Amino acid sequence: MVGSAGKTPAKLRAFVPSLPVSILSSTYEAGDFFDEMVGDDGQVRPHYRRLTERLATLPEAEFAQRRAAVDLAFLSRGVTFTVYGDNEGTERIFPFDLIPRIIPNSEWKGIEAGLAQRITALNLFLHDIYHEQKILADKVVPASLVLGAKNFRREFMNFNVPKGIYVHICGTDLIRDRDGRYLVLEDNLRCPSGASYMIENRAAMRRAFPNLFQSYRVRQVEGYADALLKSLLYLAPSRRDSHPNVVLLTPGVYNSAYFEHCFLARQMGIPIVEGRDLFVRDNRVYMRTTAGPVQVDVIYRRIDDDFLDPSVFRPDSMLGVPGLVNAYREGRVALANAIGTGVADDKVIYAYVPKIIKYYLDQEPMLPNVNTYLASEASDRKFILENISKLVVKSANEAGGYGMLIGPSATKDECDKFRAMVAANPRNFIAQDPISLSRSPTWCEGQLEGRHIDLRPYILYGEKIVVTPGGLTRVALRKGSLVVNSSQGGGSKDTWVLQGNE
Amino acid sequence: MPSVAPMFRPQSTVMLSRVAHSLYWMSRYIERAENIARLLEVNLQFLLDFQGIDDDSVKDHWGSIIASSGGGELFAQHYDVADSRSATSFLAFDLRNPSSILSCVYAARENARMVRDQISLEMWETINELYLFLKARNAAVVWAAGANEFFERIKQHSHLFQGLTDSTFSRSEGWEFIQFGKFLERADKTTRILDVKYHILLPNADDVGGALDTAQWQAVLRSASALEAYRRFYVREILSWKAAEFLIFSDTFPRSLHYCVAQVNDLLRRILGETGARPRSEAARISRRLFADLESRSIPDVLKQGLHEFLMEVQNALDRIGDEVVQTTMFYPVDTASDDHQQLQQQQQQQQ
Repeated sequence: MVGSAGKTPAKLRAFVPSLPVSILSSTYEAGDFFDEMVGDDGQVRPHYRRLTERLATLPEAEFAQRRAAVDLAFLSRGVTFTVYGDNEGTERIFPFDLIPRIIPNSEWKGIEAGLAQRITALNLFLHDIYHEQKILADKVVPASLVLGAKNFRREFMNFNVPKGIYVHICGTDLIRDRDGRYLVLEDNLRCPSGASYMIENRAAMRRAFPNLFQSYRVRQVEGYADALLKSLLYLAPSRRDSHPNVVLLTPGVYNSAYFEHCFLARQMGIPIVEGRDLFVRDNRVYMRTTAGPVQVDVIYRRIDDDFLDPSVFRPDSMLGVPGLVNAYREGRVALANAIGTGVADDKVIYAYVPKIIKYYLDQEPMLPNVNTYLASEASDRKFILENISKLVVKSANEAGGYGMLIGPSATKDECDKFRAMVAANPRNFIAQDPISLSRSPTWCEGQLEGRHIDLRPYILYGEKIVVTPGGLTRVALRKGSLVVNSSQGGGSKDTWVLQGNE
Repeated sequence: MPSVAPMFRPQSTVMLSRVAHSLYWMSRYIERAENIARLLEVNLQFLLDFQGIDDDSVKDHWGSIIASSGGGELFAQHYDVADSRSATSFLAFDLRNPSSILSCVYAARENARMVRDQISLEMWETINELYLFLKARNAAVVWAAGANEFFERIKQHSHLFQGLTDSTFSRSEGWEFIQFGKFLERADKTTRILDVKYHILLPNADDVGGALDTAQWQAVLRSASALEAYRRFYVREILSWKAAEFLIFSDTFPRSLHYCVAQVNDLLRRILGETGARPRSEAARISRRLFADLESRSIPDVLKQGLHEFLMEVQNALDRIGDEVVQTTMFYPVDTASDDHQQLQQQQQQQQ
């Protein structure tokens, strides 16, 4: 493949395909971003060669056909999510782009090690702050930030969680900067979602491009459900000689991720239950079945802490089980993830994670954070308020891309609003320099164009740490947009981690 | 790529009450939708065959079908006149009618969605596709395009769904609830198909056995997909009492009351663990008595009692069996008063 000649201006690099009728147009612009497919020299990266060769021979009409087939399959399989605020027909397909994101083994090794390091440190941190709180005594993290965090659960101080593990399932979002370095954008330690799409996307790619898939040696993601079940079984309190009973607790059919709940429960072969299917007696949790009550040992809960037990947390919760927390305290049932993990994925605590890694493991973080300013620190706060239109500002506890200001593209009113909020409640805000996220070729109305992406690998922490190779690559489908969340116009791609380097 | 040996997972052998409830209703609603589709299709055809039928007879005909479906009052509230169009609108598309084809398919799909993890992917896709198809249509379009294609689609999807259930659903407790719902619904629908004739004004003495009468009984048999089977059994002409006898007492035709109740009886044994000689539960008691009736009585007997009265008795028994089983096995607390609030809370759960 021949790239552009050396005289091409640095900002615009064109990729010239070998055939003009394919979906690769003659003007694929990498722009001033790290492009997954095309290097700074205009050459296609080695691990994308086979893909580009295949795409160059694929007529647009055929590509469009395969795409339509995939969409139809998703619709009839019901691979959907729900958007808040819709009246009727609340389900939507998660838009899927057929161009895979490819990661060579050499890159993945570093990511995997970095993620394992991070989750180990976070689990140690959580154990510490709910027990001796040494890290607070040593003033590595300000005590007020932890103790005053919205999701710090005072009631669980000195409580011994099963096997000492707090975070069993983690989804960490990674982005790449202009130089292609992987950075951690945030951790999701409460109810990370998207693993089902990762698996469904893989199935879709296999159907759409069987030969291409085979020509690359792509590492499997289908082992996720098995690994997840294993790590849940690991937590079961020992009880007689029966098989441990693991269930998935869902809020219900109206939750945005209901499809995923069913999918994972089915893949693992475990029952999916709602709060009303369970009751507690003698501090034991039971399911209501046609044959009478059946005891539950482990609950993979996809419900916020606040809604788990109306007798302890929010009394108006209709989704939880009265008495569940007591059963948990008595060690009669295990919960994954444990109660109280939210304090560690607080966006303000995020800024301290490199220090946390250093403190518990005496190691430098292998995956760096994005440079973060803390509004709770006086000097940072001044900087944020003065430069808000140039920064990305985030509220400490929102998810889904809400509660966020992207300064460079915001209106003056929006900036003013956020400035006021930050000044009023500095503990609740952080700011970051806008990172020019990497871009990946994405099919956009007839041709390939670069779109910003991130990566969410899934890490399971049980008897062993299992990092599923790949994860969900989310793509901001709107031109120029940096927001990848499904609820705000994002889509996804299949992520191919290769056995080798090409 | 090395293949990974699948880990053996002990399949959960318990059935949540709520799940049993959803499987049961999913099955009932699909059977119901298919029955209504067939009923409508046959009767539309019947009326076409009988050109020159005067208005009153037509009105009677549709009126009787609507009445036997149990929707008489509701229909009268929303429609002035019972003709092909209004009957089709009411029985197929009207969401205000909880037993319209659309309502049934929507409800079946909603129940299926609630137990997505229990049913096979193919089962889900089938019912989801039917739902999406119906959502996209409206009555006027279907009517213009030719109602037959529409009914065919319903029947085909229903048969496909039942076939897929047969071939992809493990013969576990869930299976029993599905079959129980199906046969209970089917028995009920057969009584209503038979009852159509009652609601048509009693024919004049001259008309009994005449072309119209025969054609109407033919339509009854067709509505139960029973015409060919009937002809193989009774080689000669269609007589009203023979048609009724066939649909009530045949022990080999899968839509007859006898056959359906035999299945219900058998399933109750398994669902409720009723293996003893004497019934322990109310549901089993009613079911065994009903079955005993169907085993021992005869058509002259039924006609002496009155066909309509007999059918009402059977319907009541079926209703009570259903209610009792739901109470015993599928009971779970449902706080219907605060559905909206619950829905909001479900939506609020952050999935990161």
